[in-house]
Amino acid sequence: MLSVNAISRSFGDHRVLRDVSFEVRPGRMTGFLGANGSGKTTTMRIILGVLAPHGGSVSWQGAPVTQSVRQRFGYMPEERGLYPKMKVAEQVVWLGRLHGMSQADARAATDRLLEQLELTERADDRLETLSLGNQQRVQIAAALVHDPDVLVLDEPFSGLDPIAVETVLGVLRGRARAGVPVLFSSHQLALVERLCDDLVIISGGAIAAAGAREELRARHSSPRFELVVEPDVGWLRDQPGIRVIDLEGSRAVFEPEGPGTEQRVLAAALSRGEVRALTPVVPTLDEIFREVI
Amino acid sequence: MARSFGSATWLVAEREILTFLRTKGFWIGLGVLVLGLFAAAVLPSVFGGDRDSVAAVGPQAERVLSRADLDVRRVGNLDEAAELVRSEEVEAAVVPDESGRSATGVRVVALDDAPSDVIAELATAPPVDLLEPAEVDQGVRQLVITVFALVFLMFGMGGAAIAQSTVTEKQTRIVEILVSTVPVRALLAGKIVGHGLLTIGQVVVLAVAAPVALSLGGQSELLTLVAPALGWFVPFLCVGFVLLAAMWAVAGSLVSRQEDLGSSMGLVMIMVMGPYFAVMFLFDNPAALAVLSFVPFSSAIAMPVRMFAGEAQAWEALLALGVLVGTVVLIVLLASRLYSGSLLLTGGKVSLSRAWTSGD
Repeated sequence: MLSVNAISRSFGDHRVLRDVSFEVRPGRMTGFLGANGSGKTTTMRIILGVLAPHGGSVSWQGAPVTQSVRQRFGYMPEERGLYPKMKVAEQVVWLGRLHGMSQADARAATDRLLEQLELTERADDRLETLSLGNQQRVQIAAALVHDPDVLVLDEPFSGLDPIAVETVLGVLRGRARAGVPVLFSSHQLALVERLCDDLVIISGGAIAAAGAREELRARHSSPRFELVVEPDVGWLRDQPGIRVIDLEGSRAVFEPEGPGTEQRVLAAALSRGEVRALTPVVPTLDEIFREVI
Repeated sequence: MARSFGSATWLVAEREILTFLRTKGFWIGLGVLVLGLFAAAVLPSVFGGDRDSVAAVGPQAERVLSRADLDVRRVGNLDEAAELVRSEEVEAAVVPDESGRSATGVRVVALDDAPSDVIAELATAPPVDLLEPAEVDQGVRQLVITVFALVFLMFGMGGAAIAQSTVTEKQTRIVEILVSTVPVRALLAGKIVGHGLLTIGQVVVLAVAAPVALSLGGQSELLTLVAPALGWFVPFLCVGFVLLAAMWAVAGSLVSRQEDLGSSMGLVMIMVMGPYFAVMFLFDNPAALAVLSFVPFSSAIAMPVRMFAGEAQAWEALLALGVLVGTVVLIVLLASRLYSGSLLLTGGKVSLSRAWTSGD
């Protein structure tokens, strides 16, 4: 498990991170959400040792992260970049060796990854001759080549077309299933909602919420129900013990004020006519996000 | 398995070397150097190899010319001789002197300027006794200085590639991946080792080509004159290279784009060109050369020259080398802090003080 323990960091007088703590659990995809300038990239850079924290620490399996531990991490920085004049495969092999692999292992891992990322045909082309989307895939390969113990990816999906997103997603899920903790940031909330197991939401340099996705949903939503009836639902306004959020024609959304109230509403609806649906409304990540920051 | 500092350094060096061996500029530069070497060694004997020819009139002129290393054409009278000079078939004509002012009894007739080669052949120099002969001939000394200064210049400028490669890593931002993987000091050391080996490789190519070129040009003896001076030059040059290389790396790390590199390279250029010009201009001033031989940067050229000329003791050379090594340690420590401080700062040029404060 990767633990971030009360880290803080300032640039000049500007305090960018305040006592940031969270965990990235093995085998789980952890989404790291926050508005622009909220401290995501700074946090990731501190985890990777690119920046030093002014307070707090980062630990892996309970021990402080040192240079040799960090060499087993995989990192995709926010600002992309590899050697433009090096060939794709050669570059990935070299980075694998820099992370401690032997030449033969790095070569085998590179071939495998380029195959998975559908880049085998471009293996001997110089990086600068590839399209930006393909360069981004190479960047993913560079982060994964050494079969890292931990993956930290800053906006891994920005700049990818939908097909490439699926390809990359498949590769990342594979790593998570194999037991690797994966931390990734993204602006695309719908995407994060679909693929992350855990969530960390940062706002203004402090953690606003953290935990399993379902748990957060439960915690950050008052239970709401959607009721669809025939022919008209206008009578709902006169029902006691509920708060009507939205009402239009035959469809309404309401919040019961006490447990079991929705059952009473259901009985009332059945007595008035046909009931098409009564469903609990689960808040989207978007809503949770707006609520906590 | 984690990579040690040493093997990380070597990997960085390996990449630098392979990348540079693949650029066209590297091979073009080396080709021009080798061609230049051959041209310098061979061309003078092609163009200047022929003996000057002169026309001689009268027995006195022939007698005077009999000792000279010149092609002599006998002609009957002054007019014929003048005609040969005008048509430039001969360099000059040697004719009897009737004014009585010539010690040898001949005059030289030439077209538009005095033919110094011919006059030198005809002059009679008095014998010279030296009370304190120098161990090494002045001409040889100057040659050794020129060769050392040129090699130093080549090594020093070779370091500019380090600045180039550093700024490439900053500009493409791959530096963030590198820094998260290996220590910044391993990056710096790898670049110095890689480019050091590249430059030594080029010097070796020149060293192999030089005997071939010189013997083609019939000047093999030059080589045997310079060879004994190399013993001290090699260690001074290697240590001096590390000094300059560390400075080049800092120059590269201070800017974020290739286009801005010029603005931060000025100081390092001065550190490379300065010693070159100082030694070239001051080589016949023993006091100045003695000072230069202890100043880091210029000591790499000046001290080996003084040792070669027998003007300095071994302890002086060791002291100068010690001063140089001390400076290297200091500069490399300063440079690695500045380098790691500025490597991740982007946007415009980073000031030295800002690099220093963020280097902790």
